[in-house]
Parts: sequence; structure tokens; C-alpha cells
Amino acid sequence: MNAYLDMELLRFTTAGSVDDGKSTLIGRLLFDTKSIFEDQLDQVKRSSNRKGLAQADLSLLTDGLKDEREQGITIDVAYRYFATPKRKFIIADTPGHIQYTRNMITGASTANCALVLIDARHGMVEQTCRHAIIASLLQIPHLIVCVNKMDLVDYQETVFQKIKKDFESFSSKLDITDIRFIPISALNGDNVVNRSEKMSWYEGSTLLYTLENLHIGSDYNHIDCRFPVQTVIRPKMAPYHDFRGYAGRIAGGVFKPGDEITVLPSGFISKIKSIETFNGPLSEAFAPMSVVIQLTDDVDVSRGDMLVRSNNQPDLNQDIEIMMCWLDTKAPHPKSKYIIKHTTSEAKAIIKKIRYKLDVNTLHRNVENLNIGMNDVARVQLRTTKPLLTDAYRKNRTTGSIILIDESTHETVAAGMII
Amino acid sequence: MSNYNLTHLDELESESIFILREVFAQFENPCILFSGGKDSIVVTHLAKKAFYPAKIPFPLVHIDTGHNFPETMVFRDQIVADLEVRLIVGLVQDSINSGRSTEERGKNASRNALQTNTLLDTIDLHQFDACVGGARRDEEKARAKERFFSHRDEFGQWDPKNQRPELWNMFNSKHDQGEHFRVFPLSNWTEMDVWQYILAKNIQIPSLYFAHQREVIRRNDTWLPISEHIHLNETETQVYKKIRFRTLGDITITGGDESDADTLEKIIDEVAAARQTERGNRADDKRSETSMEDRKKQGYF
Repeated sequence: MNAYLDMELLRFTTAGSVDDGKSTLIGRLLFDTKSIFEDQLDQVKRSSNRKGLAQADLSLLTDGLKDEREQGITIDVAYRYFATPKRKFIIADTPGHIQYTRNMITGASTANCALVLIDARHGMVEQTCRHAIIASLLQIPHLIVCVNKMDLVDYQETVFQKIKKDFESFSSKLDITDIRFIPISALNGDNVVNRSEKMSWYEGSTLLYTLENLHIGSDYNHIDCRFPVQTVIRPKMAPYHDFRGYAGRIAGGVFKPGDEITVLPSGFISKIKSIETFNGPLSEAFAPMSVVIQLTDDVDVSRGDMLVRSNNQPDLNQDIEIMMCWLDTKAPHPKSKYIIKHTTSEAKAIIKKIRYKLDVNTLHRNVENLNIGMNDVARVQLRTTKPLLTDAYRKNRTTGSIILIDESTHETVAAGMII
Repeated sequence: MSNYNLTHLDELESESIFILREVFAQFENPCILFSGGKDSIVVTHLAKKAFYPAKIPFPLVHIDTGHNFPETMVFRDQIVADLEVRLIVGLVQDSINSGRSTEERGKNASRNALQTNTLLDTIDLHQFDACVGGARRDEEKARAKERFFSHRDEFGQWDPKNQRPELWNMFNSKHDQGEHFRVFPLSNWTEMDVWQYILAKNIQIPSLYFAHQREVIRRNDTWLPISEHIHLNETETQVYKKIRFRTLGDITITGGDESDADTLEKIIDEVAAARQTERGNRADDKRSETSMEDRKKQGYF
């Protein structure tokens, strides 16, 4: 029983098209960890039969909407869940085609780890590069390259080593430190959950073992203290008449009672009186904990403010350089003002300058054609109506990210990583 | 485990609390949809934690088909009294009386689908701009596509193909007058997570979840409880069985499983060994492969 309560959570993303075995791999992970139920499987078998397929098509498990099942493609991000005694896993399963870059970015935004699949017969293709580049842009801390369909190349080590070398020479241009390579056959289960007997030359771990043992403790920033205030808690009733607490989720660093903090943007300095939760006060709190902080002084703090350590402050900036992914069908308008959301604060922003468009297949910077459409990634400069308290996305994924919202349609039109 | 790691339950709890606080900060008039089932009980528990030591700043809304388990109603009233929150009840019977909804006919008639009208009318009457629900992505394939903040148009409809991308932990609550959002703080929880959490935090749940003796009939591969709302045909006979319910809905559509699990620990063992999804016993989901997607598009929970 206690085993269940000691599990950690790992979020990983997969991207891929119909043919590279992604669905088979996810199906294999779910099957072998006993996460598929009989009625789900029955439903998949019935649908597969209706379509005239000989085998149960496991991709039907991840495709949730009627249109997706009919067309046999994943349109949206599908979330799947499974657990082993060691960890609970959340898979953000995204389509791999270029026209779904925005969905890949959505799935990647919260992931600790990205699985990139390579068909052993074909080696690296454009899509492989795209997935790795997106993982790098979104600063996913761990990348696992699965060289799949090893059964179709007679489990030859040379094939695996060649792909590994190719990938390494490409990935030296990327911003990912932890990259691992695993030769697998998702279809036969080699090195997915169980070790392959056919690849004795491979001395590394299986995919599941790797997922279970990745060190994710340092994926959050525990150095730079950042506490964006969500709301103020004032019970206004006995015995809490004087209670005034700031509710939020810690975005970085470790906070302790007695710490001197600065309230931004006002600059007031105070001390942490206590860190409160329903289960009682805490002696320390760190990302991603949701807590309520009380200060010793009665200073003015409200939503959108940030509590930080006085000697370690974020940038206060109205001109913000970002790597932006455009998510909307309607192209950005140079004069348009957008609502910008950053942590718990909100302002207006215009896209002041488009510096270059990034080719997500090659990393090529295009400065000639600066027309931006859906799924395009571009380096742009924003000008905001009020200063935002930002960190580089590399340093902190929470305080380093923004979204833009169209004022009239209310659509989320862009996502940005602060540079 | 290193110093600065959370367990999966702590991380899920923190995520849900963050979302509940965003609801409070971003909307003017939110509510919690409370069915008396375990998921809405956990959401309510998380709301209690999110705003502690203040009280939950939203009312609970119960859409009442009139076909309830008596145990659920007692439980609902107790939780409302304990938390000192406001309870708003939308009665399906009122929608039928006013001619807005029409009672289904036939052997498997239920008021499940009728809840949608009553829910939308209740939202409209009270001008709710956000309804927090306990739905989880692992429950059902249409629900797997849900956002945390899920937009509903002025007709209360869900458009699954045109959903706003949701990145990082940033939630876009912008909407026009008359539109609203459904918010799902338990999106990333699984059935097992919910049970483990209930055990770990010692959360009270209705006795119906524990194995108990009950008068039932066998229908559509499940044990349906006998109540004044069920009509037996000639071939059906009432029997006593020791059963428990994995999910709780309206008494006419919620089937039970034979079980000896009378403690939370035993329930968790049973959930771990289960080979059927928890909604496998829900007649409302069995009507067609897309019954949940179709109902959700109309404005269902």
C-alpha cells in the first residue's frame, strides 16, 4: 500500500506519424504495464473489425474523437496515463506532422521527457529533426531516442550505431544535455518493458526502466525564488480576522519562514511570517507546491505580483524577446494589440519586430520571408503596456513563458519562450 | 527520494489547487458541480484546501434527476453543512413539469440525458461563468481531449475540434457574455489516484462505494439496484447480492459489481486488479461508441 503513496510523477511527450510505430509503442507500454482494460480493448477490436483490419489497431485507443477515429489520425493532444510501482506516467501523445507543430508544442510544454522515434530502416528523417528541435525549444530536460523496428533490420548493432552517430552530430546544435538511445522493437516488445534477447550487444536499460529512473528531481529550478501571487486569502471570520495570506504555486527556489523577500514590482521588503497549508504550516516550500504565504508586514500585494528573494530578482521589462509559435489560423496583424498572459499577470502587447522565422526541420533562420502563419516559429520582439517580471525560459519554464490572446476572438493565438 | 521531490499525489494535489485558485481569480461567478460521487467529493475537498483558512468561495450545484440513492442525498446535505457552503439544486423534474424536457420512454428509459437541459438552465439562471467538475481524462476517450479550462458557447456546446491550445500552466478564461467554461481540476488524475488520495487524506465518501447487501436485478451485464424508479420485466427477478458501486450516478443507470471490498484498502486492491474501466457499468455510456462525445457536445457534464 505504501508503495503507491511513494510514487513520483513523470510527464513525457511523444510525437510521430501513423507509420513510425508510435501508437504501437504506446500500446505496448500500456499493455505490458496492464493499463488497458478489457472493455477498451473490446471496443478497439470491434472498431478494427468494422474497418476490415486483421489486428486490433491500437492507435484507436489514443484517438478520442469521432473524426480522429474515422480518419485514423491524431488531431489533438491525447493524454494517456499509466503507472508502475515506481512512477505514475502522463503521456502527451501528439501528432507528428508539420501542420500540427502547435499541438506538439502544447504537449511538450509540460513534459519532463520527450520520446523521439526513429524507424531503423529509414534512419533520421525530417520529422526526427523537427521533434528534437521542438524538444530543445521547449527545454524538455530529457530526450530518449528510440530506434524502432530493429526486428526489420535483423537487430544489427551497426544500424543502431550509425543512427546514433547521425543523431549526435545533429543534436550538437541543440540545447539538450541528457540524450539517451535505445534500440527497440515496439511490435515484439524488445527493450520496451523487457530486455531483448536478440540484442545482447546492447548494454543499456530498457525504455520503461529508463523512464522509471530518469532523475527528475532537478527539473524544477530550486535556486531562484519566484512566487507569483494568484490571489489573496482573507477569511474575515474568527479566529482569522487578521489573516492575510498570498496564495500561489511556487515557480522556483526554496522559501522558508524568516526569509527576507521583496514584493515586485512595488519593491516593498518584508519577511515571510509563515507558509500555510490546510495540513498545517511548513518549514520550507519549493516548486511546484501550492501554498499560502503570510508576511510580517502589512504591505500591499495582489494578483500578478511576485515575491522573490531581495538579492535574486527577475528582469523587469517592457521589451521582451521571445521565440514564438503562432497557434492561430489567422495571421498576426502588425498593428494588433494582444492580451499577454505571463504567470498570474496580464497586460497588452504588440508584436513590435519579427527578427527571423525558424525552420523547425533544419534550424535555418529565414530573414527574407517574415510572413507568419499557423505553426510557424519565429523570433520576435514584444512591447508590453506594463513591465513584466521575466526570467529566461532556459532558467525557468514558468516565469519564462507567455501566451498571447486575441482581444476579439479570445483565442489563444501564440505561445512564447522568453530569451 | 531527494529533498525537493513531491510524490505523485502531492504534485497532482498542487496542480488541482492551482487550478481552483485560478478559477476564483479569473471568473466572476464560478460554482462546483457536485454529484455526490467520489470525484466531485475530491474536487470539493481540494477546494477546501485551496482557500483555507477561508471557506470555499463557490456554491455547490447539484443537478438532481429525482432518481437518487438516498445515501447520496444524506451525504450531500452533510457535506454542505460541514463546509458551510451554499447549495443550489437544479431539478430535472422542474424541467419536465415546465415542458422544457420530455421524459424518455421504453425499457431503458433514464433521466441521464435530461440533466443537460436542467444543467444549462441552472447555469443560465444563476449566470455562472465557470462550472468546476470532477471529470478526468482517463475516464472516457472523449474526456481525454478535454482542456483544464474548457470553453462552452452561448448554447452551452463543446466544440472539441476547435479547442484553445493550453500550454504550461496558463489558462485562458476569456469569453463573451453568455458563454461559460467547464473547469476540470482532476484532468490528470486516474481512478487509482483518486482512491489513493481518498485513503491518504481520509476523505469521507458515501457508503455505497463499499461492499454491502442490496436488492438488485441482473440487466445489461450488471447488477442494477432496485428502486421505485425501476420497472421489472417478466424475466427479471430481484435477488440480494453483496455489491459495491465503482461510480455513482442516477440510481437507474448505475450498476454495481459483486464485491467483498468493504474497506478503502480492499477497494484499492480491487481497482488495481480490475480488468474493466469504471464506466463499464454505466448504461449511459453504453448507448453508442460516441455517446459521451455526443452528450458532451450538447453541454453534458
